[in-house]
Amino acid sequence: MTSGTVLARRIPWTLVVFVAAMVIPFLGSRYDTFLATQIAISALFAVSLNLLLGTTGLVSFGHVAYFGIGSYVCGILMKTYAVPFALALPAAAFGSALSSLVFGYFCVRLTRIYFAMLTLAFSQIIWAICFKWNEVTGGDQGLSDVPYPNLDWMSSIPFFGDFGIGDQFYVMTLALVMLSLAAMHRIIASPFGRMLTTIRENPERAASIGLDVRRYELAAFVAAGFFAGIAGALFGIFNRGVFPDFVYWPKSAEVMIMTILGGIEHFWGPVVGAATLVILNQEVTSYTEYWPFVLGAILLVLLFAFPGGIVGGLTAGFAWLRRKRRGPAGA
Amino acid sequence: MLEVRGLSKSFGGFRAVSGVDLAVAEGEIAAVIGPNGAGKSTLFNLITGHLQPTAGRVLVDGRDITGVAPHKICGMGLGRSFQRTNIFPKLTVLENVQAAFLVHRGQGPNFWSRSEKLFLGESEALLASIGLGDQARFTAGTLSYGNQKQLELGIALASDPKILLLDEPTAGMSASETHETIALIERIAHERRLTLLFTEHDMAVVFSIAQKISVLHQGRVIAHGDPSSVRADPEVRRVYLGDHSTGAPS
Amino acid sequence: MAGASFLFTQFLGGLTTAMFLFLLASGLSLVFGVLRVLNFAHGSFYMLGAYLAWQAVAWLAPVLESFWLAALIAALGVAVLGGLIERLLLRHMYGREELYQLLLTYALVLILGDAAKALWGTQQLSVSRPAMLAGGIRIFGGELPAYNLFIMLAGTAIAVAGWLVLTRSTAGRMVRAAALDREMLGALGANVGALYTGMFVVSSFLAGLSGALVTPIESIVPGMDVEIIVEAFIVVVIGGLGSFWGTFWGSVIYGQVLSFGILILPSFSLFSVFALMAVILIVRPWGLFGRPLR
Repeated sequence: MTSGTVLARRIPWTLVVFVAAMVIPFLGSRYDTFLATQIAISALFAVSLNLLLGTTGLVSFGHVAYFGIGSYVCGILMKTYAVPFALALPAAAFGSALSSLVFGYFCVRLTRIYFAMLTLAFSQIIWAICFKWNEVTGGDQGLSDVPYPNLDWMSSIPFFGDFGIGDQFYVMTLALVMLSLAAMHRIIASPFGRMLTTIRENPERAASIGLDVRRYELAAFVAAGFFAGIAGALFGIFNRGVFPDFVYWPKSAEVMIMTILGGIEHFWGPVVGAATLVILNQEVTSYTEYWPFVLGAILLVLLFAFPGGIVGGLTAGFAWLRRKRRGPAGA
Repeated sequence: MLEVRGLSKSFGGFRAVSGVDLAVAEGEIAAVIGPNGAGKSTLFNLITGHLQPTAGRVLVDGRDITGVAPHKICGMGLGRSFQRTNIFPKLTVLENVQAAFLVHRGQGPNFWSRSEKLFLGESEALLASIGLGDQARFTAGTLSYGNQKQLELGIALASDPKILLLDEPTAGMSASETHETIALIERIAHERRLTLLFTEHDMAVVFSIAQKISVLHQGRVIAHGDPSSVRADPEVRRVYLGDHSTGAPS
Repeated sequence: MAGASFLFTQFLGGLTTAMFLFLLASGLSLVFGVLRVLNFAHGSFYMLGAYLAWQAVAWLAPVLESFWLAALIAALGVAVLGGLIERLLLRHMYGREELYQLLLTYALVLILGDAAKALWGTQQLSVSRPAMLAGGIRIFGGELPAYNLFIMLAGTAIAVAGWLVLTRSTAGRMVRAAALDREMLGALGANVGALYTGMFVVSSFLAGLSGALVTPIESIVPGMDVEIIVEAFIVVVIGGLGSFWGTFWGSVIYGQVLSFGILILPSFSLFSVFALMAVILIVRPWGLFGRPLR
């Protein structure tokens, strides 16, 4: 990963973000908590995509499949079979991981445009199943009234005693998201993560130093699917229902835009992108119904002016400022 | 140490390599030369598993490694550098070499440790030994062409190979860069007791360090032996007549 | 005999679908073959062709009732738009990574989709069949709308004409050369930039024409752009990206799978087209007629 400025390195960003996020249910309104929950879930989804896109260099147009599988598995288990969340969530994550293992096995055998097309094909297969399998998935109507998990135990924790169910769910979501992000950060910083970046940089060379490229790409695919599944499960509950348009292909494009908007070269990039897009979406849709147009325009600006995304633009800006401050004589 | 028997590769009707026999003894420095299109790179790709041969075998230390995939070849003690510079451009010079150590020492499946701390000492030592010690923190893509080729060598060395295949190690270099690179390669080969097989266009280079030379022409070996006998071989002189040859036999 | 004529009607229905898709997908395949760009906005051009055709019919109505003229105007309008997009936007992305080119085309999908919504609203629109083709024809006991038959014939004629142009004309040869090695073509002095723009214009024309011609059969709705582009992807995958006849046969196969799939297993037909796409990509990624990309 490219280095930030000295200042940026000194701030413990993880802590700052976590504290800021935790403060919201105390200081903010119900709407703020609602927004924050959506941001947290989208951030997890986007970072999971970046494990493929930014870290390994795999362009997947079908990542929403695993998000969708996660939401449907969790939603179906909790609503139809009254399975408690503590079991439904791992089941959803496992279901996503398993499907990404099966689909990924075929996908990693292809390169570039064919890889992207196959990921798209698999995600449309999932969509078709969710759309048509009325008995299980509710068909095109989806499954509404997915229940909240039982969070009564939270009332006994000091500070959280007064929270309503929305806030309680937010705290739990935040905890799960932060844990998942921490895990992904660890993975990316580990030797395994380094293997993935070598694949991104130069797959041929990576093979020549002894790396089984397909196997590592598949591992990245499964990890990304696993975390996308967790995000999906949380979203199904947050949304109070699971619907087939979670899995429709434009949603894959949306999460990709989120990721690139924030910046694919930095771990926190997709988080920034998710926050930006969720907030922008809420703001814009209150004025106009032409959100897609705005999104398209943002994407164009991004592609032409800020390919590094928001975080990329910020770090470049800070580096430029630093050089200016040092003056022409240099350090 | 490295043996090639009857290796052939055809692309449709075109015979890129036909019935090549080659043997490099342990610790030997051998070269494969030939005019453009003679099949040198194809031969290398066949040995390292980037291409599947249509016939013939490749043996390392007596073990048949014909057609084994490139990522497994590395584990068998065969290292390789490429003609086009083939490094990891956005990683630092240190990280380039470190990555090779990580793979070679089996740290690939390690999800837990911090990668930047591992094999730091070995990486820095290796960079120092190939003359890139002071550029360790630079992004690899920003290095000069010559330095990138040195890094290529470093990456290949990190996997602790017993046999090193170098595909045109001095391609595109100035005379002084070539001289430095050859001195470096020779030193490394002796220090690590490597078996070396390289291809080259520059005849001066070849005749200065190679102990054994194979001459390839249109996919076939037309001459094989020590430098002086190859120089004197009439077939070789015929093939190279009109060809650019620095360091013509004196 | 009733069963056979019903099957025959289904078969013809599949062929009709195939012809529209062929018109559309041939443009997509062409652009991919030469420019190496997979144009998501191709479905948007199709949709705009449909809307523009409706608009042209409405404008012309007081003066003249000509569906054909309206369709031509629509196709030309989309072609001009395509040319502008290629020159002003896409051109700047050629040196960049493929992903950014794809995202550019997707940004256009978003923008053009909303532009259509703003201009024509969200109501379903439709266009009546041209008077001379309003009736039906009895074939083998089944009734086939004359318009559909015309489309099938026209589609095949365009396919053959297109093939002749590609193989016999200088322009066609340049296109095929560019698909193989565009750097070489530039080195030979051909104006590669003009070729790219030209390709994109032709491709957009085909998409717009396809959209315009479909209006008597299907209603014009928002979302038709997103739906059709995936169908076009399936077709070019089956036939082979960049292959002319591949696109033709891919469309035919797709049309029949959809047509009979609905009969045999109604709830599976949607699933089966995507499954077919996946199977082809797994087993033979370059499609039935394509060449393996290096």
